[in-house]
Amino acid sequence: MKGLPPVLITAIVLVAGFALCAMQFPNIASTRVVGNLLTDNAFLGIVATGMTFVIISGGIDLSVGSVIGFTTVFVALAIERWGVPPLVAFVAILALSAAFGAAMGAVIHVFDLPPFIVTLAGMFLARGAGFLLSTESVPITAPVYSTVSDFALRMPGGGRLTAIAIIMLVIVIGGALLLQLTRFGANVYALGGSRATASLMGVAVGKMTVKIYMLSSLLAGIAGIVFSFYTSAGYSLSAVGVELDSIAAVVIGGTLLTGGQGSVIGTFLGVLIQGLIQTYINFDGTLSSWWTKIATGVLLFAFIALQQGLVALARRPVAKRAGAVS
Amino acid sequence: MENGLDPAPFLLEVRGISKSFGAVRALQEVDFTLRAGEIHALLGENGAGKSTLIKVVTGVFPRDAGVVRLGGEEVEPRSAKAALQAGIATVYQEVNLLPNLSVAQNLFLDRQPMRFGIVREGEMRRRAKALLTEFGLDIDVAAPLGNYSVAIQHVTAIARAVDLSARVLILDEPTASLDRHEVEILFGIMRQLAKRGIGIVFVSHFLDQVYEISDRITVLRNGRLVGEREIASLPRLELIRMMLGRELAETTSARAAASEPRAREVCASFENYGKAGYVAPFNLELRHGEVVGLAGLLGSGRTETARLVFGAERADGGQAKVEGASVRLQSPRDGVRHGFGYCPEERKTDGIVAELTVRENIVLALQAKRGLHRPLSRREQDELASRYIKMLDIRPPDPERPVGLLSGGNQQKVLLARWLATSPRLLVLDEPTRGIDVGAHAEIIRLIRELCDDGLALLVISSELDEIVTYSDRVVVLRDRAHVEELAGEAIDVTNILAAIAADGAAMQEARA
Repeated sequence: MKGLPPVLITAIVLVAGFALCAMQFPNIASTRVVGNLLTDNAFLGIVATGMTFVIISGGIDLSVGSVIGFTTVFVALAIERWGVPPLVAFVAILALSAAFGAAMGAVIHVFDLPPFIVTLAGMFLARGAGFLLSTESVPITAPVYSTVSDFALRMPGGGRLTAIAIIMLVIVIGGALLLQLTRFGANVYALGGSRATASLMGVAVGKMTVKIYMLSSLLAGIAGIVFSFYTSAGYSLSAVGVELDSIAAVVIGGTLLTGGQGSVIGTFLGVLIQGLIQTYINFDGTLSSWWTKIATGVLLFAFIALQQGLVALARRPVAKRAGAVS
Repeated sequence: MENGLDPAPFLLEVRGISKSFGAVRALQEVDFTLRAGEIHALLGENGAGKSTLIKVVTGVFPRDAGVVRLGGEEVEPRSAKAALQAGIATVYQEVNLLPNLSVAQNLFLDRQPMRFGIVREGEMRRRAKALLTEFGLDIDVAAPLGNYSVAIQHVTAIARAVDLSARVLILDEPTASLDRHEVEILFGIMRQLAKRGIGIVFVSHFLDQVYEISDRITVLRNGRLVGEREIASLPRLELIRMMLGRELAETTSARAAASEPRAREVCASFENYGKAGYVAPFNLELRHGEVVGLAGLLGSGRTETARLVFGAERADGGQAKVEGASVRLQSPRDGVRHGFGYCPEERKTDGIVAELTVRENIVLALQAKRGLHRPLSRREQDELASRYIKMLDIRPPDPERPVGLLSGGNQQKVLLARWLATSPRLLVLDEPTRGIDVGAHAEIIRLIRELCDDGLALLVISSELDEIVTYSDRVVVLRDRAHVEELAGEAIDVTNILAAIAADGAAMQEARA
């Protein structure tokens, strides 16, 4: 790809958007607002990191929103009703969600099914299982929750970097390193380039598929725990549509929906852009919150058009060369 | 080789390989041998079995019979990966690497130098650089492979294969998308690798290149071994004769005596018609009641000419006229509107719709021509179907049978019927007799003559020279994507066509470079 890499364009959009918002509402440019933005979008950042791996590998994971919902209910019931120590509940739900993702990955590979269908089934399955546990919102009163909620690093300017924001940042950085520096990361890109070719070149495509969906579901589980901290409750209807928000963040972050290209950092910027729009609407006060969706939709279109343009640009010299052969 | 006196004369030895797909025998008892340090060309026309042979040897297809020995030991890889591990690497025309990854990652995917679970990017790049330098490439290995030309991608693929300790390197049409200079670089690398003792199988349909680089040649035709020769003792004409064969020799005598020089009306004409990088500009006149044959080797521009004439490909220069009036042919729709019909070579993928019935396939083109708003009634459809089933003798004569269940010859007739139903003025047939048994063969040829006598203009492509000689009033010979000769009347015979195809391509090459 020549010219600006998509991530850089995302960064420019974020900075420009932030500057515009700050011009209208100077208060936006404070660590307090930025801290809240990170906290409010912590679960989205975590789940979108997992989604980035899936999409770069050429797949999609529609089940993550439901996994978050199921996780919150499971954690709430385990702690409040079944008397399980919170830490044990966390470990159990993370094991469960990882196994769930691994199972979806295995089905996708073994039966050679489209990830869209398999994870759509996973989405209904996890959501239904959440309802089975409880249809009502279960408040969590365990002391751990208030301790974690109260914990925050003071930033200059009065902003608070909360525990869940820190968890998100750690996962984003860890995810970025995993994708860029390891053999696993290289294989994720390879799968997105072409599964058949990657297999011919020696990549264990089946194992990779299982691991990628396992990672996505595991991160959805962590996002679920973070969401339960954020709301101090478990509710089977929570995080409906988050899979779509996270896909949007990934695409706005410059990852190719067809796979093979993208970055975790871009996704993180995409999450921040969505958070920024939400913040702007809160500041304005008169706008309906659905404007977030509309703005996200417009941005999505813009980025998809941009990607197509870049892809066409990248292809053109090759076509010219092929024409000049004989 | 069981006498033990000559322990391992061949690096790769293939004996008696057979392979069938359903009823089609793609390979029959084929032998192939490759010595260490040798460049061995594998030649044959489309459907000769080259690709099948490669895929059987590399384990992509299981084989029905035969043995493969590598360095004297029997091997039977189950997958391309297993073949690679055994030491047989294949580089296809479509480079099987990942354009979205860096050159270095492509070279070392799944075997990157690691430290503490982290890829040593610097070390990997250094090694990639060193490896490519051996192949005369000095490029930025951190850039995505897709940024580089096909030639560089090919060399990268070869470098990877060789670095994975390949002993046998199979190059399938490696030069098809390279320019002259890039071909030189590739040949330099091939010679160097051969010197290192690697055996190279070179599949190509560029005969000049084959003569330039190869030590020996093996020719396949219709899934059988035609022969294996030293390049030095094989004149070009002889090679082309081996590739095209003369199997229909008995029927040749039936050369149409009907070709008295009648002044026929011109149906469509093309002046300076062509497309850069596709077919060089040509002049072509197609007359009513006349068959024009297109002869040439695979890749010589026959199908490309047909597609330009029909409008499936846009010309970038020249003028097309139909019945004397200038027309623009920019899409197949234009072709159909001007009364052209086109039966493509790949019947299964481009022609018939296997799931639909004979009747539905026959009315397809006519319905498309009439448009959605004027549907053919069921009665009209039935009439059309039964008329053409009778006329072309399609068997079984059941209009409601899915076309996929018919034999190759009958599928071809259904395809013909589809275009005849549109009452065309010009019909283009690309390899109408490919994959059809001998009986149906003669019938199709008879049909071509009959249609022509009814005043249709026909443009027919065939690799079977005897066949072309039998029905053509004129023959256009193509070579290297250009029309090089037009034969008419008495001049049409196999020897003349072969001579035109074989004429030394040196001049052409000069022009290309």
